[in-house]
Amino acid sequence: MAAVEVPRDEQAFLAYVQAGGQVEAGDWLPADYRAKLVKFIEMHGNSELMGVLPEREWILRAPTLQRKLALTAKVQDEVGHAQLIYRVVEDLGKPREQCLADLVSGRSKFHNVFHYPTKTWGDVGVIAWLVDAAAIISQKALLKCSYAPYARIMKKICWEESFHILHGRDVILTLVTGTPAQFELVQEALDRWWGPLMQFHGNPIPAGEDPMFLWRIKSQGNEEARQQFLEGYVPQIRELGLTVPDPKLRRRDDGVWEYTEPDWDELMHVVTGHGPMTEERLAFRRRFLEQEQWVRDAVLAA
Amino acid sequence: MNELLLGLADDELVIGWRDSEWTGIAPMLEEDVAFSSIAQNEIGHARAVYELLTDDADALAFDRPLEEYRCAPLVELRLLDWAHTIARRWLYEEADRIRIAALMDDAESAVAGLAAKIDREEVYHRMHAEMWHERLRGEPRFHDAVADLWPYALGVLPREQRAELARRVGLDEVEPVERGTHTPELAELWNEMTMVRRSAPAGAQW
Amino acid sequence: MSDVWEVFRQERRGQPFEHAGSVVAPDAEFAEAWAREQYGRRGESVALWLVPRDAIHVVEEWADEFDLKYRRVDGYSIKARLKEARERASARTG
Repeated sequence: MAAVEVPRDEQAFLAYVQAGGQVEAGDWLPADYRAKLVKFIEMHGNSELMGVLPEREWILRAPTLQRKLALTAKVQDEVGHAQLIYRVVEDLGKPREQCLADLVSGRSKFHNVFHYPTKTWGDVGVIAWLVDAAAIISQKALLKCSYAPYARIMKKICWEESFHILHGRDVILTLVTGTPAQFELVQEALDRWWGPLMQFHGNPIPAGEDPMFLWRIKSQGNEEARQQFLEGYVPQIRELGLTVPDPKLRRRDDGVWEYTEPDWDELMHVVTGHGPMTEERLAFRRRFLEQEQWVRDAVLAA
Repeated sequence: MNELLLGLADDELVIGWRDSEWTGIAPMLEEDVAFSSIAQNEIGHARAVYELLTDDADALAFDRPLEEYRCAPLVELRLLDWAHTIARRWLYEEADRIRIAALMDDAESAVAGLAAKIDREEVYHRMHAEMWHERLRGEPRFHDAVADLWPYALGVLPREQRAELARRVGLDEVEPVERGTHTPELAELWNEMTMVRRSAPAGAQW
Repeated sequence: MSDVWEVFRQERRGQPFEHAGSVVAPDAEFAEAWAREQYGRRGESVALWLVPRDAIHVVEEWADEFDLKYRRVDGYSIKARLKEARERASARTG
């Protein structure tokens, strides 16, 4: 019996991955699969890297030594994830330098949530708890990615993200059981982050029309991910006495969550580089990328 | 003794704070991750030393007025370029090795024991600093950065330990920038470091 | 020239070394400094092997033309003959 061979024909390849087949870096990949894969994975790497910027300010402002250490470790993980992810992209043929150049020039994208400002310590808790929870749902749907090198790094990424959620929940619990002003910090942050959180998983394109799902790059459609987030986290938010700022939010008898339709135009506007903090953050990255080019030349070049 | 230990703890706190400014913007991603571990270790060392001196390490770390901090000017400087940052790391670890070695001989076992633990962790900091020093020693930028920071580095150590530092790094002793007068940069750092903490009454949980 | 260094990690003593990922580094010293933190900062590894990617010799094609089933577990059809043996044994004793 010969080893299973990856088919070298797009239709057969599609059937192969839909039956659970996986491929490696050296296998034949249909051009469309390869292009979509690189774009998807690159956007993930970009998001991990850009997510660092709103959070690093709060490392410097952390109000206890323990929080400073935990937050530094969380952000360190995100940089580490970016490293893992860009390595996968590099092995697919796109050099890291090109990925970073495309990021800082605005040619490539990163997730909506990282285009928004952080304003208080309340944001730190909400991001670590809820944004990371939304992310982990997406990331778990990548554990069986048809592209095996990406599936493999997702295991480490998901493991590390679980620490972040613990940290976030701890920050939130401490604040909601603190002074009334501290409780307000959380509520106010939640009010600002709910919109971006609802947009996070993307517009409700049916799984059967979503190329990412068809190619089994991810194993779940956008709406399924969002429903999973609501099912898991709305009860947890409410049991702390917090209010979710959507009057239409309710769970139907059949278990489906109804909510105010997110502003999909806003999502498109933001991810195409027009978020409130997009330009400032990209400029910050660009500044250090350019400033430290000499270091890479001294260390990495021949 | 308390002044010496407080100086050590404040140095580690502030250099850990400065090093954590590189999170996300280090020259390469692999280094970003490694550098962040060093920053966390420094904060961890600060905490451990504060805990020798008090029951409430956070209060000691964050709630003193500016003039009661005992950190050396070297660690206070804001150095957002890699040449200076690495030069500081290298000089600081060389200085720290000498001061920690002296503390390992301390009559008080808690101090000696903690110093030994810190030293075992700083073995890796020294390897990291030496690795970069080797790689960058031919770069004029690095050479200039070391020259800029050398007077400050001498000020990290008590007078009697400076000759050894000079010998180890291969530089002649110069007029040091002494501990005792803070740079304006410390005030800026302290403001940012304590702004969240100061936003709630003393004793609030975070 | 900066190399890709493959990282293999051992989670606990006695366990196999498993491929964990890779770092881009100019030499073994940088590869070690970086791999230590990327693959060990949470104490998740007791040991690492760092190998330049070029040093790895990949084998991924096999010839299996003549159906040598006797060398594999699926080459033995035990079930049917075991059933028959049991039936004969009970017929003898029954």
